[in-house]
Amino acid sequence: MSATQIIFWFLSALALVSALMVLFSKNPVHSVLWLIAVFFAISGHYILLNAQFLAIVNLIVYAGAIMVLFLFVIMLMNLNKDMESQKNLWMKLAGTISGGCLLMILVSLVRQSPEIAGKIAEVKTGDIGLIGNLGKVLFNEYVVPFEISSVLFLSAMIGAIVIGKKD
Amino acid sequence: MTTLLAIDWALFTEKLILIAVIIFASLGIALYMTFAERKVAGILQDRPGPNRAGPFGIFQPFADGLKLIMKEEIIPNTSNKALFVLGPGLAMLAALMTCAVVPWGNKLEIAGRTIALQIADINVGVLYVFAVTSVGVYGIMIGGWASNNKFSLLAALRGASQAISYELAMGLSMIAVLMTTGTLQLGEIVKQQMAPGHLWNIAYQPLAFLIFLICAFAECNRTPFDLPEAESELNSGYHQEYSSMKLGFYLFSEYINMFISSAIMATLFFGGYDVPFLNESLLSPNVAALVGIIALMAKIVFFIFLFMWVRWTVPRFRYDQLMNLGWKKLVPLALANMLITGAVILWLQK
Repeated sequence: MSATQIIFWFLSALALVSALMVLFSKNPVHSVLWLIAVFFAISGHYILLNAQFLAIVNLIVYAGAIMVLFLFVIMLMNLNKDMESQKNLWMKLAGTISGGCLLMILVSLVRQSPEIAGKIAEVKTGDIGLIGNLGKVLFNEYVVPFEISSVLFLSAMIGAIVIGKKD
Repeated sequence: MTTLLAIDWALFTEKLILIAVIIFASLGIALYMTFAERKVAGILQDRPGPNRAGPFGIFQPFADGLKLIMKEEIIPNTSNKALFVLGPGLAMLAALMTCAVVPWGNKLEIAGRTIALQIADINVGVLYVFAVTSVGVYGIMIGGWASNNKFSLLAALRGASQAISYELAMGLSMIAVLMTTGTLQLGEIVKQQMAPGHLWNIAYQPLAFLIFLICAFAECNRTPFDLPEAESELNSGYHQEYSSMKLGFYLFSEYINMFISSAIMATLFFGGYDVPFLNESLLSPNVAALVGIIALMAKIVFFIFLFMWVRWTVPRFRYDQLMNLGWKKLVPLALANMLITGAVILWLQK
């Protein structure tokens, strides 16, 4: 096993364990913290793929901003351990089945997709993830979708301000 | 196993030593910053400051450290114990992690090996600094929440919202700088500023520097933006329930943050390890590297003094004033600066 492989397995295990802990934690604050650990592990995977920009932006946006807001809300709502309502058995069964169906569809999609069939991830090579190349692609080939999505963000921001206004 | 691991052990050891040196240097400097803070306060308030432990009181930080370590460790009964311990650790970790991308000096040559005095000159250096800063908020938030105390929680929420608000203005002011440098690599940014005929970035981006400086004060929770620890309204802030070395970690991480943000400001705007009016390439590499480290340290000390000077001069902002300044003044100003920079660059390219 090379060092890259060891890091890959470590990060994968970390991501899976943390993701499971998000679900199994009784305390919502713990769940949020485990979710942050998942983001760190995924950023580690991005770095292995030499997508440094994606890795760092994942940390800034998800771990650094969105999860802070999650934590804000959960801390202010003061959800304590006893608050969690117990779902009945049928609900749990329905959840398991629908979740399993989704997993099956995703796996079959990935397996059958012609675009990724027979390709493997380029570990430690490839420079499309570096910031200069990414910027060139985004602002040349994909400039219209990029700008449209930024308008989408703007409308979301204005919407939030309008809803948040008191009068 | 070791034969299968293709690791450049020489590089590995070199980096490990560099990391150890930088971390211990940061801790040592932070230690003496607490002393400098009290001395500066003394001078500004026309009193001697600490002068009992050793000549001029230079052993004061060790006495303080010993006091913090020897104090009784109190973990409140109703606190969330695991997170209560995690909080100060995270604050310290995030404070120390930033120093990985700062170029501390030019290359050293020891026994035929060229050693870059920077742990990692990554492609996204500036963004890395932002990522670590934004993760640093968790130390405050987790500590404040886990204490299970209303004052701590309020202070933690204040701290987090302040950090998020000012990160925005900081990022926008940085975009203008990055537009002129064209790279996010901190090592490359310093080299550009060292090039003959090229001034320091402060000459091209004075407004961005001003915004960055104000935001750095807010990010470090320093007066006039030390609302998370406003003792007159919150008793003592997010670390109210902490005692002993856990409190010490919180206080210490603030000083390390100050040190690192001074280093970042010196690197981005004041030429990093560049000595003005000196052509480093004429000196032998090792001498040039040492001179560079000293120059960088001098710049950092100046900024640290500025932090302290402001602390003992300017009173604390009110919370609504803080938010108004951040969102309604600094963000539009940074946006305008960005637009002007872009326009000027376009005009120069024509």
